[in-house]
Amino acid sequence: MNSGQLLLVSILLSSFIPGIIIFCLPEEKHRLRTFLNLCGSIVKISLVLLLNVGIYYGHLFEIRIPLIPGVEILLNGDPLSALFATLSSVLWLLTTIYAVGYLEGSPNRSHFFGYFSLCVTVTIGIALAGNLVTFLLFYEMLTLTTYPLVIHRGTEKSLRAGRNYLIYAFGGGAVFLVAVVWLQSIVGPVDFSAAGFSSSYLDSNGTVLALIFVLLIIGVGVKAALVPLHGWLPQAMVAPAPVSALLHAVAVVKAGAFGIIRIVLDVYGAQNLLLLGVLPLLAGAATITILYGSIRALQQDDLKRRLAFSTISQVSYIALGMSMVDQPLAVIGGLVHLVHQGVMKITLFFCAGNLAETLGIHRISEMNGVARRMPLTMAAFTVAALGMIGIPPTIGFVSKWYLGLGGLAGGNWWLLLVLVVSSLLNGWYFLPILIRAWFAEQQGAWPDEMYSGRFETRLMLLVPPLITAFVVLIAGLVANAQISPLAWVRFIVRGYSL
Amino acid sequence: MILFAADTPSWMIVPVALPLIAGLFCFLLSRRTFVIALLAVLANLFVVCLLVRQLLLFGPMRCQIGGWQPPLGISLRTDGPALLMLLMTAVTGLAVTLYARGYFSYRISDPLRAGRHRQQQRYFWPLWLLLLAGLNGLFLASDIFNLYVTLEIIGISAASLAALSGKPASQRASFRYLLVSLLGSITYLLGIVFVYRSCGVLDLDLLRDLAGNGSAMRAALALLSVGLLLKTALVPLHFWLPPAHANALAPVSVILSALVVKGSFYLLFRFWFEVFAPIVTTAALNFMGTLGAIAILWGAMQAIRQHRLKLMVAYSTVSQLGYLFVAFPLSRVVEGTHIWSIVIFMALTHACAKSAMFMAAGSVYLHLGHDRIKDLDGVRSSLPVTVFAYGIAGVSLMGLPPSGAFIAKWMLLSASFASAQWWWALVIMTGSLLAMVYVFRVMSRFFVNSEGSSGKQTVALSPLLEWPALILALIALFLGLLAPWPLRILSQGSIGLVQILSGGMV
Repeated sequence: MNSGQLLLVSILLSSFIPGIIIFCLPEEKHRLRTFLNLCGSIVKISLVLLLNVGIYYGHLFEIRIPLIPGVEILLNGDPLSALFATLSSVLWLLTTIYAVGYLEGSPNRSHFFGYFSLCVTVTIGIALAGNLVTFLLFYEMLTLTTYPLVIHRGTEKSLRAGRNYLIYAFGGGAVFLVAVVWLQSIVGPVDFSAAGFSSSYLDSNGTVLALIFVLLIIGVGVKAALVPLHGWLPQAMVAPAPVSALLHAVAVVKAGAFGIIRIVLDVYGAQNLLLLGVLPLLAGAATITILYGSIRALQQDDLKRRLAFSTISQVSYIALGMSMVDQPLAVIGGLVHLVHQGVMKITLFFCAGNLAETLGIHRISEMNGVARRMPLTMAAFTVAALGMIGIPPTIGFVSKWYLGLGGLAGGNWWLLLVLVVSSLLNGWYFLPILIRAWFAEQQGAWPDEMYSGRFETRLMLLVPPLITAFVVLIAGLVANAQISPLAWVRFIVRGYSL
Repeated sequence: MILFAADTPSWMIVPVALPLIAGLFCFLLSRRTFVIALLAVLANLFVVCLLVRQLLLFGPMRCQIGGWQPPLGISLRTDGPALLMLLMTAVTGLAVTLYARGYFSYRISDPLRAGRHRQQQRYFWPLWLLLLAGLNGLFLASDIFNLYVTLEIIGISAASLAALSGKPASQRASFRYLLVSLLGSITYLLGIVFVYRSCGVLDLDLLRDLAGNGSAMRAALALLSVGLLLKTALVPLHFWLPPAHANALAPVSVILSALVVKGSFYLLFRFWFEVFAPIVTTAALNFMGTLGAIAILWGAMQAIRQHRLKLMVAYSTVSQLGYLFVAFPLSRVVEGTHIWSIVIFMALTHACAKSAMFMAAGSVYLHLGHDRIKDLDGVRSSLPVTVFAYGIAGVSLMGLPPSGAFIAKWMLLSASFASAQWWWALVIMTGSLLAMVYVFRVMSRFFVNSEGSSGKQTVALSPLLEWPALILALIALFLGLLAPWPLRILSQGSIGLVQILSGGMV
């Protein structure tokens, strides 16, 4: 085993081993548990950064484990996997800190954090997967490790949500498996590579390959919450706030979006997709999802549900960028939104969790004047919400700017229209929240005020959203610097010679 | 000549003779039975590993007991599939032995329970060892009459084991099981008569060379198959299985579900794809596949509808057995030893996962005193290891990666796409999703937070009741990652396939 392989394995183990130990720890050892969690995530971040550096300087990171002829487990570090791995591991650290504060004193914490660590291990596995079989392996594992988190509260309502989640996720997984096997029976084993499979297969099997593409997108579209496969996501909001943050920003929805990216860029490749003519389908699905999600978000009074529909809408920008795979600028916009959406959405969920945990606020109609009681939380919320709308200089603006440029370069004027309409809708469902919070008068007491201390809420709940909100601002300001998500995405796109 | 040198085939006798002798001792001594059984099972595992090593070094082997040559003597043989089945039996057998120890010593201080358990143990250990000898014999024997003998040993000891719990329901079920098993044996015996009348030999290898001729052999195969199908419980001959498996004692359920049905299936598969391969028609293969597909769907639907955990697990067995038969029609597409690897991976995974699941169900039953699915709330906090084992076993049954069943399903799916028979793919995937429903219907109950304990005093379970299940479940789950090893053993070949591939008669 060479040093590159060792690095890949230790990246996976750095959250797996703490997870297993945490399962075996007794419930009351919360200090040791927190210590393990934090150690694991800090080690993981350092290793992932090392991976980034290695990839930048052109080292090879590859592990192949053959299973049966034609099926092998392939872990591979390429620039794209580094992007997703970095996002997940950094946000995992913040979410862990937040979750420790959030779950203080609640039952079954060792199970919770155990599954939490496994979930991140699996997400990193998705990032590092180097072929469809490996991707499928971790994709199904992700469903399994997040299910206990979704039903963590153990109420009938959460069981219902969990059941729906399973049906959607495993249904998608089954479609994906069929598509993968079918694809392999035509083109043979496919590794993720910049070129995709050879275009010589298109002549004889064009229709079938187009159908398989649709099946693959359906398979990952369930987790990416493409309309009409999004039904599980708003229901899954019954889970505790850190889990929602994890589902929306770090793991599940992102895994689906990442799958779309892999299928478009690395399995089929831009050339094949243009020849097959299936990209308009993806563009249509993404557009419908963006608009539908925004419109549904307008109708929600429950804060977390509004955020959930907002996720449905926002994640599809990634799919939208991929649907214009011949335009490098659009691809950059889509890829960079993978990171940007994650950071913004996790901030919003942290803040929503703070409101619920500190003051018992779950509904937007209860938020009048809340910014005076919790100014820092609401400041973070405001930055992230403005980012979602796409106001410069936040990172949300950067994503939309590149998507728009890509659309113009390809002569797709409708895309600009979609961006404008969706930004208006974003403003329409976020601005009223901000106005209520900052400018409306408080009406009566808070629904359920649980905390009164030196700060507006517990420090462990307050710090993570402040950090992410800071990133939302700064990463937008320095987007053109040497080290920024945008710079890395440009590095990725250079590798595809689009 | 050294009888038991590293490269002599005489070691083959041990897995058959040793459990038999140990069973006898257990019955006669009726003290320290667990120790005897444990030693026998451990020795069995050791010898099986030795046989695997022999196979990898020297290839398939034959052993003539007493030096008599085939038409007369008893002969045993090893090859890839046989050894993998032996290994499966040995590993599961060890886990069951440990689990049974934990099961029979649960709350031993309660005098009522102690008396009953002593009575049950008195017969459990000898019968289990007898059954083990029968199974090992079945996998090794190379003569269809000797196979009949092993089938009878298995049938009778299994039916007696099923009756051990002593409850009226289990006695009814086990009596029915006994009758079905005898009916199967008689049909099988009738098949042997046909074979002997038309060929004059009973040895499998000799038969394969002669089996090309006529309707008598077809009739023989039909009779042999019906007999074996009765014992394998393929839909619509499955009616006896759920009550017999669900009402037995937990360790017995494990043995019946994980091992016993595999024995008769293994034999059936040998007949269809090695011994009588030339006379098997495509229509017959499709017929078996269709029955398999019905079994998958029907079994899973029934499993979803059950209100009791153990019955649910038993119906899941009916469903899972169907996958073994769906491999039949696809056998014409896959080349070489692939067809063996599909059923072997399926069978190994099912053996481990189903054992784990029945063990978990048994532990839950001991813990709560019932197994009503709707009242399983909060088991997660009291039996975390068991719940974990149940979950992992369920994942393997659903065929999710990286379980061994995933490898099998992958091969089935790619065979069905390669031959454009996409309906098999549809059945396989539907089966997996239905399995998801029945596995997680129970799993979600485990996760419900119970409002305080129900007031009943519960005793902590011994580790023997929890850990064997978890270990077996983990084996099932990671079997897919270990796939190259079973494949290597398989590629050492079954004698038959090597010969078929190298051009038929040798």
